[in-house]
This record gives sequence, structure tokens and C-alpha cells, in this order.
Amino acid sequence: MTTRKKITGFLVTGFTAGCAFISVAAVAWIIGTIAWGGAGHITWAFLSSAPAEGMTEGGIFPAIVGTFMLVVIMSMVGVPVGTITAIYLSEYVGRGSKFAQAIRFAVNTLAGIPAIVFGLFGLGFFVQFTGGAMDRVLHPGVLLWAQPNILWASLTMALLTLPVVIVSVEEAIKTVPRELREASLAVGATRWQTIRRVVLPGCSSGILTGAILAVSRGAGEVAPILFTGAAYFLPHLPGHFSDQFMELGYHLFIMTTQSTDVEKTMGIQYATTLVLLLLTFTLNFSAIALRARLRRRRVPA
Amino acid sequence: MTDKPFSTVKKPRRIGEFVIERSIQAVAFVSLIFICLIFVFVFREAYPIFTEKVKQVVTHEEVGASESYGEDASAPLVADVPEREQDHSNFSPKDLAGREWQPVSLNPKFGLLPLLLGSLKVTLIALLIAGPIGIFAALYTSQFAPRWAREGMKPVIEILAGIPSVVIGFFALVILATVLQRTFGYEFRLNAFVGGVAMALAVIPIVYTVSEDALASVPKVLTEASLALGSNRWETALFVVLPAATPGIFAAVVLGFGRAFGETMIVLMATGNAALITPSLLDPVRTLSATIGAEMAEVVFGDLHYRVLFFVGALLFVISFALNAFAEFWVRNRLMKRFGGAK
Repeated sequence: MTTRKKITGFLVTGFTAGCAFISVAAVAWIIGTIAWGGAGHITWAFLSSAPAEGMTEGGIFPAIVGTFMLVVIMSMVGVPVGTITAIYLSEYVGRGSKFAQAIRFAVNTLAGIPAIVFGLFGLGFFVQFTGGAMDRVLHPGVLLWAQPNILWASLTMALLTLPVVIVSVEEAIKTVPRELREASLAVGATRWQTIRRVVLPGCSSGILTGAILAVSRGAGEVAPILFTGAAYFLPHLPGHFSDQFMELGYHLFIMTTQSTDVEKTMGIQYATTLVLLLLTFTLNFSAIALRARLRRRRVPA
Repeated sequence: MTDKPFSTVKKPRRIGEFVIERSIQAVAFVSLIFICLIFVFVFREAYPIFTEKVKQVVTHEEVGASESYGEDASAPLVADVPEREQDHSNFSPKDLAGREWQPVSLNPKFGLLPLLLGSLKVTLIALLIAGPIGIFAALYTSQFAPRWAREGMKPVIEILAGIPSVVIGFFALVILATVLQRTFGYEFRLNAFVGGVAMALAVIPIVYTVSEDALASVPKVLTEASLALGSNRWETALFVVLPAATPGIFAAVVLGFGRAFGETMIVLMATGNAALITPSLLDPVRTLSATIGAEMAEVVFGDLHYRVLFFVGALLFVISFALNAFAEFWVRNRLMKRFGGAK
């Protein structure tokens, strides 16, 4: 009886450990093959030149710049809105408030909507509705804003990444001890002064974490920008909000599925994937490190 | 955090404070407003297919451009019809339940069944793989694993969750598809199975994380009682902890389903994108989400095809919304009932 139990126990533990191991192995396999295939192709020339010869040669410079601009515009909108929402939820309203519950539900829902639906929304709301209205008012007869561009793509992406920012900032605000707030209020500061001078400085690394996670997510998502602004190939870099742009993930998608010569560009594809992976990993790891620091601070207090 | 953070301190209201508070409140409503806007706009663009005759399209330059991605997708999806007038006048919403998806042809057909079937096939395969792996991996790390393994698993899962879906799609298209075909020797290189396996990679982090939360929230007293009664660690894990965490694990599977059903880039790159109705899991499929991703860039704004794609988007929106709401409310209630008194 006991030996049978022991064997079963061994099997159960082994099986569950195997499942855990499969996840680890999958991660290693993905990263390993991509690093193996891409490392040799990443040169300075590859990173700093534009695609050439009908995108079968050359580099990915415009896609890097486009991705960078996308996440910068996205963060300029998404991070303040997310931070303020988090402040409202944790500093101004109580847990039981109906408003707070409604907003929380909205944030959760937002986090669960498929990325492609954000793309559709960006097309319907930003490009067609907002852009169309701007064109009608600003310069009738000219088609400028009512077409996909980097502004609409960034705003769509800001919406997609909003929950990431809100969750991170809220978590960080919780680490600011209640006593500090009470002390600030006790010496006569108003609620807003307390938030600005005590709460916000106390959770600045949390805001940074949220921003980094949002940027990492935004740099990796392709579905929302498929028809809100990303372009196949552009001879020039975007210089205006109404320009289209190239983006790393979208570029990879185009190269793998619609390239004229998939075999010939395999090196470029691997290298582009590796650049995208390195970008998101660097961002994610710095966010994880920041968050770990934040958590350590909370425990001894 | 207690109920009302500042309620103990009353101060004379100042105009500046009031303005700031209102502004903050207004910004906080942005997410709420946009949820409503998403709902309104996605449905608004889809709605006309149920009411009026949708604008007819005279020229159609991009015919055939939206064919399947991937080098060896099978089955011609799109009949080659150069610049001819499309006849939408005999379309009725009932046609959405049809068995054929041929949006770009002389006589376009907008049957969503093959797409729905495609989505379900991929999602099912993904869940069959990611479900057990995610749940048992979570059971291992929460019940059996030594400290180093537990600590090590977290960043690995975070890395997996952080891999962009387009990268997983690339991996599936270039490497996984070849390896799987060589191993199992089936006919089409890109199919529902490849898409499902790749999708599992994206679903594992969700299933794992939510299951782990559920397993960790099982009250210690249950485990201790079980151990005190003489059962050993694996018996406790399997017959006490796992059953106690079922609502949470169920939520994990539901959320994984939602993720897989709505994910676009992986299926767009790895499934072959042929809208077929076949029983085999080894045939190419075209999913709902991939259809939007592949075709929306090529449609004429406002025409029937455009509207139907928005309808597909509305479908995805409603499904994901329902799944999330279900996972959140139903499961939370179950958990509360189960453990409410145990603490």
C-alpha cells in the first residue's frame, strides 16, 4: 500500500513538474531559435538603414523610428490619463462607491477586449468619425485626417494600454503609507497638495513601471494598428501627426506573409523578430526590477 | 485601504481644490466613456446590415488581394473577379448563417459558419494543450516545487506573457509548422493544429497565473486539516487543494478561452486562412479575428463587406465581454461563498 502510494506520489509530482518544465522549455525554444537565427544579421547597418530592393534587402531603421514615435505619442496620452484615473480610484473615492465600481469594471473590460476590436474602433471612431469631422471643419474638401495615421494609431494603442497603466499606478499608490497622508493633512495641506507632494512622489516609480509595461505592450501589438496607421513601406520618416508610419511588428508581419521572396528575406525576418523581442524584454525586465524594488519597500514598513 | 481615505478630515472647500477634483473625476471617466464608445461605434458600423440596403460598390480594385497569408495555404478562397459590379441587393442578415465565406466575388457570400468553426477549432486545441499544462504547472509551483523552482517559474511565465503575439506567429509560421509537419506527417503545413499549438503558448501564461492565484487562495486550514488526518502532500494537493480551487481554475480556463478566441496575429500567420467547413483539425482554417485582420485593410468604406467585418468585430467584443464578466462575477461569488466563512 505505502509503496503504491509512494509511486503514485512520485508520478503526480513528476507529471506536474513536467508541465512546468514544458512551459520553460517552450520559452527557451522560442527565444533560442530566434536569437540563433537573428543574431548574425543584426549589424549597425541593419539597424540604421531603410529597407531596399522592394524590401528584400536593407535594414529596419524606419520601423524602429516609427515604433518609437508610436509609443511616445501613446505614452503622452495614456500615462497621464491612467495615472489620474488611478489617483481618482484610490484617493478620491472609497471602495464601495458606485462610480469607482463602474470605472473598475470598465477598466477590466477594456483589458479583456481583443486587440483587433480596438483596431476596428480606431478605424470607426478616430479615423472615420473624428478625422472626418476634423476634415469637414478645418479644411473642407481635403482628405487629411480621415485616413489612417500615426496619431490615430497611437491613440488607439493608448486606449489598449490604459488598463496596464492604471493597475500599476494603483498598486504603487497602495505602497504609500497612510500615516504620511495623515501627517500631511494634519499640518494643513489640502487633499490635492497631499496628492501632489506626498502621494505622487511616493509612487513615481510605480508610474514609471506602468509606463514601461504599457510601452512594452504597445510596441508588441500589431492588430490595433493594422488599419489605423501602419504602412507597408514609406520612403520617408513620419514628420507630422497625419503621416503614416512603419512599425516593427507590422513590418515583421508583412515580411513573413507578403514578401516577394520569403526565403531570401529569412535573415531579415529573424533579425527583426530578435530586435522586437529584445526591445520588449528590456522594457519588461526593467519594469519587473522596478516593481520588485517597490514591493521590497512595502514589506518592512 | 479603508473605505473613505480622507473622510476624517474636513477642510473648508477652496475653488482650486474643487476644480482639480472635478477634473480628476472627469479624466477618470475616460475609460468608462470609451467602453461605451467602443460598444457604440463597433455596432454602429455593423448595424446597417440589419436594416437597409447597404451602399453598392461599383469598382472593386482590390479583388483577390486579401487571399490567404502564408506560402502554402490551400483552397482558393476568392474567386478571381476583375472590376465588375458586385450585387449586394439580395443580401439578407440570414445569409450570415451561411456555410460559405466568399466576400470578394461576383456573387459575394458572407456566411460566418466556417469562420466560427475555425475560431472554435483553434481555441479548442489551444485550451486542450494550455489548460492542463497551465493548471498542473501552477499546481506544481504552489504545492510541490522547491523554493528555487517556484521563484524561477514566475519570471519565465512573465517572459512568455511578454512575447508579442506577432513573434509567436512568426515562430509558428517559420519553425513550429515545419517541425509539427515533419513529426506528424500531415498534408497542409499551416492548419488549425499549428495555430492551436502556437495559441497555447499565448494562453499558458493566463491559465497559469489565474490558476496559481486560485490555488494560493485556498485557506491554509484546509491543507493543514488534510495533512493532520494523515494524508500526504500529493493527496492533499490533488484531493483537497485542487477541488477547493476549481472555481478559480474554471475562471482561468474561461479567460484563456477569451484570449484565444480574440487573438489575431497568431492565427493570421499560422492557420493557413482558408474558410473551410471540415471536421478535421489538420485542415487550414480561417478564424473570425484573422478575417478582420486580413480583409479590413482592403474593403471599401461603408460597403457590405466592411459592415460584415464590423459585425464580426461586434461578435468578438460581445463574446469577450461576456466571458470576462462571467469569469469575474460568477466565479468571485462562488469563491466568496466557498471560503467566506473559512477565514
